Amino acid sequence: MVSPTAIPYLRRMRPEDLLTPTPAGVCCKVGGFHIDPTRPVERAVITHGHSDHARAGHGAVLATPETLDLMRLRYGESFAGTTQAIRYGERIALDGIGVTLHPAGHVLGSAQVAVEANGLRIVASGDYKNVADPTCAPFELVLCDIFITEATFGLPVFRHGDPQSEIAKLLRSVSLFPERAHLIGAYSLGKAQRVIALIRQAGYDKPIYLHGALDRITHYYQSRGIALGDLRSVRNVNKAELAGAIALCPPSALQELWSRRFPDPVSSFASGWMRVRARARQRGVELPLVISDHADWDGLTATITATGASEVWVTHGQEDALVHWAMVRGLKARPLAIVGYGDEGESEEAEPVANGEASA
Amino acid sequence: MNRFAELLDRLAYEPARNNKLRLITEYFRSTGDPDRGWALAALTGALSFQHAKPGIIRTLISERADPVLFGLSYDYVGDLSETVALMWPVPAEAARANHELRLSDVIETLSRLGKAQLPGQIARWLDQLDETGRWALLKLLTGGLRVGVSARLAKTAAAALGDRDPQEIELIWPGLKPPYGDLFAWLEGRADKPVQRDPAPFRPAMLAHALMDGDLAALDPNDFMAEWKWDGIRVQAVANVDSKGHPQVRLYSRTGEDISGSFPDLIDALRLPGAIDGELLVVREGRVQSFNVLQQRLNRKTVNAKLMADFPAHLRAYDLIVDGDDDLRDQPFAARRARLEAFAARLNDPRVDLSPLIPFTTWDELAAARANPTGLDAEAIEGVMLKRRDARYVPGRPKGLWWKWKRDPYLVDAVLMYAQRGHGKRSSFYSDYTFGVWTAGAAGDELVPVGKAYFGFTDEELVEIDRFVRRHTVDRFGPVREVVHEANQGLVLEVAFEGLQRSTRHKSGLAMRFPRINRLRWDKPPGEADRLETLEAMLGPRVAATSPES
Repeated sequence: MVSPTAIPYLRRMRPEDLLTPTPAGVCCKVGGFHIDPTRPVERAVITHGHSDHARAGHGAVLATPETLDLMRLRYGESFAGTTQAIRYGERIALDGIGVTLHPAGHVLGSAQVAVEANGLRIVASGDYKNVADPTCAPFELVLCDIFITEATFGLPVFRHGDPQSEIAKLLRSVSLFPERAHLIGAYSLGKAQRVIALIRQAGYDKPIYLHGALDRITHYYQSRGIALGDLRSVRNVNKAELAGAIALCPPSALQELWSRRFPDPVSSFASGWMRVRARARQRGVELPLVISDHADWDGLTATITATGASEVWVTHGQEDALVHWAMVRGLKARPLAIVGYGDEGESEEAEPVANGEASA
Repeated sequence: MNRFAELLDRLAYEPARNNKLRLITEYFRSTGDPDRGWALAALTGALSFQHAKPGIIRTLISERADPVLFGLSYDYVGDLSETVALMWPVPAEAARANHELRLSDVIETLSRLGKAQLPGQIARWLDQLDETGRWALLKLLTGGLRVGVSARLAKTAAAALGDRDPQEIELIWPGLKPPYGDLFAWLEGRADKPVQRDPAPFRPAMLAHALMDGDLAALDPNDFMAEWKWDGIRVQAVANVDSKGHPQVRLYSRTGEDISGSFPDLIDALRLPGAIDGELLVVREGRVQSFNVLQQRLNRKTVNAKLMADFPAHLRAYDLIVDGDDDLRDQPFAARRARLEAFAARLNDPRVDLSPLIPFTTWDELAAARANPTGLDAEAIEGVMLKRRDARYVPGRPKGLWWKWKRDPYLVDAVLMYAQRGHGKRSSFYSDYTFGVWTAGAAGDELVPVGKAYFGFTDEELVEIDRFVRRHTVDRFGPVREVVHEANQGLVLEVAFEGLQRSTRHKSGLAMRFPRINRLRWDKPPGEADRLETLEAMLGPRVAATSPES
């Protein structure tokens, strides 16, 4: 624990002295690090492996072991100068500033970053959800003075509901159309594996087919002890065999030539965006599955309330609505307008297959 | 109600016409009377509830949700019914009676209830229904289903129930009333075909396809007749006498809406039994006025003598559908045209005249006429119409019989200034654009807005512009984003439009007709976009006939 007397100037520190929002991400000047910076920096603490938060090219990267593994898988061994793995709950000090990581419940290895000095605690939650997910550690509530939250689904129209009822809808459609394949667009890191796990929980035990872009990350999940059942590559499987099959692919592949190898495919997409009909229609989705790895409106507002924070900073998404909600409740609240988060989520249509895990 | 809600929900996602047909036919097959009839009425737009206004729904949600959060949500979702359906707070003790509520119960209750009881009843239904049910109910109340089903498609699906030609339904449709028990009885072979009893019914209009590059090469000019396409509104004027010998005269819009009440001056002119397909125009002292002038005559609740004197209504006849007791729809166009000429001569009224044919023997001759229409009314000409001499009068938009060949649009390069999110299919995308051109200001050149456009671009271009807007926002005014627009920074849009009017409503003093985004000019620096003077030069002789406000 850092002694307040060791750094006397911190005694009356304002929150902005501990963490400063910049267009490239929040920065802890005293501790000499950034959280999820969108440009290369000397030292970065990374909340999770999605490409809008975890970028290559930093001097030093501190993250959970899983996030470091996922970055290695995606960017190669030399994605950063040095790396330091931090387990959930392990306390480290960076130039006198206390830093701990706590499960965010978003994807495997995702973490909230708690930054603490002089009795002031700020939690940068990255992306998070407060509902059960068989593929990652559950969200841990951390009491704090300031809570930095996302707002991807920060409008009261977003209520994600029970994911198992969406899977039931999928399985009904599969039994209704035994001659057609069901193609589910799902982000390659997190969503795809969660959808598979949910399908298995629902008792479906036939092989599930994967697009090549999902292979590596899915196998990494399996290597971490997450049971996903019989998974097969679509390669070299003939069309007739795929009748009645379920296959997963990055969302962009739904409209690509790749999808023609399936017999009369039913186009499905697993995303919180599917809650809004026009979004599903814009993508030509016939079977929308409302399954999200982000907190919905009720989740965001319940979490903010539960942290006990008196001040909320909103990083990206529908920040106007969430800031308004917080202020009406007497909390201090501000949008951070960080450039680069959620970009892929906002304009999914343009999402390339190569980094197809945009985070909705 | 939940079966109907499920049908609408599936239709909303189903892109293929044939699958939509199957879904609707299957619904008609498996749903009894009167529910399926009310569903057909809803799908064909035949239902309206006098007291059900979007305002009621707005009031209900404003009593239950923070107005700022509702505003942001509506802006995002782009559809009032869906926004309310999604954010409606369901009371914990609500009895989920979704399966018990029938479509016919809802409709019968709605037609019975007075204005004062309506909001309470709607709220009770919303409390009972699930999200899909709420959405369907609100769609039904506000009238715009927007599930990608045209009235024609719904009738085709009904026809399929009895293996009938949809044309048969079209012909008897104007005499049918929801919930169409007699129609379904006939389709299922339980009764005779219903007969048409209205003495002056609307007959569904025949529409033209736009002529595309290369279409002409495949067509023989000898097979076609050409006439001008006038810039007014397409109408059908029907006159007859009823069984008691009283005259029945009606003016219908292209979609069959009865607009007789707005044009008593024209009704008086229609003294001969028949049905004319023509263009409604305003003609002053023998000259056709611009669409802008006509607009001032439209959508008026009260029509007084002064309005009729200032904006005299005129019918320019294209076609004759019925002559006396003769239905001419199965005759070839050339024969109908001859009957029309004789009919107009007999009528002999200055308020009704013939749309003249354009003489031509080759496509080049016609192209020359189209490029440079002459005569007093040249500025009211939108282009030319090509009609096959042997074309029957077929409702809807049959391929290959009628073609519209519009004049080439005007083009200017303008700079994107403001963007707003769209509605419906475009919801959540910034798809409504205000653009400007350069003009000399107090502190050097500045951009002045000259118009707004919300279509013309491809889906891919929409994604690109949307991203540009999000990344280059410099200010926000409610739902509107101001985007960067400087000489060296910004986005140039090539805008196409059909005409230009002087207007006191716009700061630039100009109003564009039918503007749309023709092309994105990522290559062009905004400083090189067009100037206001360029647009003013385009006003030229084509706005010789201007509105009183200019």
